[in-house]
Amino acid sequence: MSQATLRVQKISAHAGSIPGRDTQRDLQVCKLVDTTTCIGCKACEVACVEWNSMPFSPTVFDNTYQTMPETRWNYWNLILFNEHEREDNSLQWLMRKHQCMHCADPGCLEACPADGAIVQYSNGIVDFQQSNCIGCGYCITGCPFNIPKFNTETKRVYKCTLCADRVSEGLEPACIKSCPTGCLHFGTKDDMKDLAETRAKQLRDVSGFAHAGVYDPPGVGGTNVIYVLHDADNPELYGGLPSNPQIPLAVKLWKHPLKWLGNLAIVGGLAGLFIHYLRFGPKAREEEDLILREGKRP
Amino acid sequence: MSHQEQLIPHNHVLRYTFRERLVHWIAAGSYIYLLCTGLAFWTPWLYWIAAVFGGGQISRMFHPWMGLVFTVAVGYMFGMWAPQMHFEAVDHEWWKALPYYITNRDDKMPPAGRYNAGQKALFWSFFFGGLLLLASGLVLWFTESIPWSLRWVRYIAVLVHAATALLTIGNFMIHVYMGVFAERGAFGSVIRGDVSLAFAKRYHPGWYKEIVGEASTSNDLPPGD
Repeated sequence: MSQATLRVQKISAHAGSIPGRDTQRDLQVCKLVDTTTCIGCKACEVACVEWNSMPFSPTVFDNTYQTMPETRWNYWNLILFNEHEREDNSLQWLMRKHQCMHCADPGCLEACPADGAIVQYSNGIVDFQQSNCIGCGYCITGCPFNIPKFNTETKRVYKCTLCADRVSEGLEPACIKSCPTGCLHFGTKDDMKDLAETRAKQLRDVSGFAHAGVYDPPGVGGTNVIYVLHDADNPELYGGLPSNPQIPLAVKLWKHPLKWLGNLAIVGGLAGLFIHYLRFGPKAREEEDLILREGKRP
Repeated sequence: MSHQEQLIPHNHVLRYTFRERLVHWIAAGSYIYLLCTGLAFWTPWLYWIAAVFGGGQISRMFHPWMGLVFTVAVGYMFGMWAPQMHFEAVDHEWWKALPYYITNRDDKMPPAGRYNAGQKALFWSFFFGGLLLLASGLVLWFTESIPWSLRWVRYIAVLVHAATALLTIGNFMIHVYMGVFAERGAFGSVIRGDVSLAFAKRYHPGWYKEIVGEASTSNDLPPGD
């Protein structure tokens, strides 16, 4: 959670207007991860833990270079390794920096029932406000990227903030600053898209990766973290990056048709019962029972 | 055969024992807490209810525990009432005559036993609804323990929990309306335990007959309506 004074354009579970929406022009910020030049050094992992002052988190050795199987409440940024054997039997070592994608249509925010526990700033950053979080874990259900992580001690959920605290002061996120190969870039969404497309074209035309492309999934309205992939047709190869991420259908059904049908049924039911009483009243009046005479008891 | 030991002076009859009343109110109290906190999480327009119950975090903390209280109460009710809740021939007839019941023409209703078909349906809907709410609620309680590969379990759980809750809310509203507003005397019976003989005869003629015996169904008592 950041203390920064960024304008808010979306608020989870908020009844009424959004105070910051459309009050200020703001550029969409974007993190570009070029998986083709990542060397898996994990400097970004360390920088993330360090900048966010997170406690030490034990690593899990699984005979690969991977630090642990998935992100944790106190480990928001993880390089996912995959030793991929291509059709010509040559080995390709795929590495992807995995963190919150900062979706334009965030499933976490959609699912959240706590007012103000998840906000989206006008620059596109999706941020959890732990002071408003009630720890229900619905964001975990809503996220198509397996990002929000629950802390069983604090009963709150945590994830990458895109260093909203740094970004609001005009600094790049900590992971970007630490990258030694320049595979991480930070700027406006438009600039990063241009840069990514240029790089993808270079990979296709010059480097022989015919399927190279940019990952900016439209199913969640685009993301404020985008990837350059050697093989954009198979994003799953990169540590299970979903090829067409969507807010889960169950969450959409639950938060839209079911909610409105349910609300309509409850309000309609209450009105119906009230009207029934006005029309028909009680079935019988207690006075009728009270006129029973003593001695008529069977 | 009759059960005249249930008769109470001044033309009253014991309808709910102390045990039945107590379990009913444990279920009712826990259900109302679950309903209020659940509605707070259901829509932003009702999130203020959580503040009444100590805030969102506290509501989130106690909602599942209260769910366990409700589960135990419903389980106890099952043991106590399930044998009386089987649908019998008269219940099918009663169900067919529902329009008469809704329009207060109770003299046209087939003679219901201790529980009419509507009450039996309510019992089973709360029993099976409770089971579904418990199963889906456990998933939501420990949602972070579900591995990513089994995330479909979470997707089913959020839908089942919300849809089942809505169904029980509908039944709950009808139940409260019938007990408090429509059938005068019903609310008192689940507090004090007794109903008038007129009430028994009017709404549960089969049960009335069981208690006072065949011989006493003459016209001593005023007709139902």
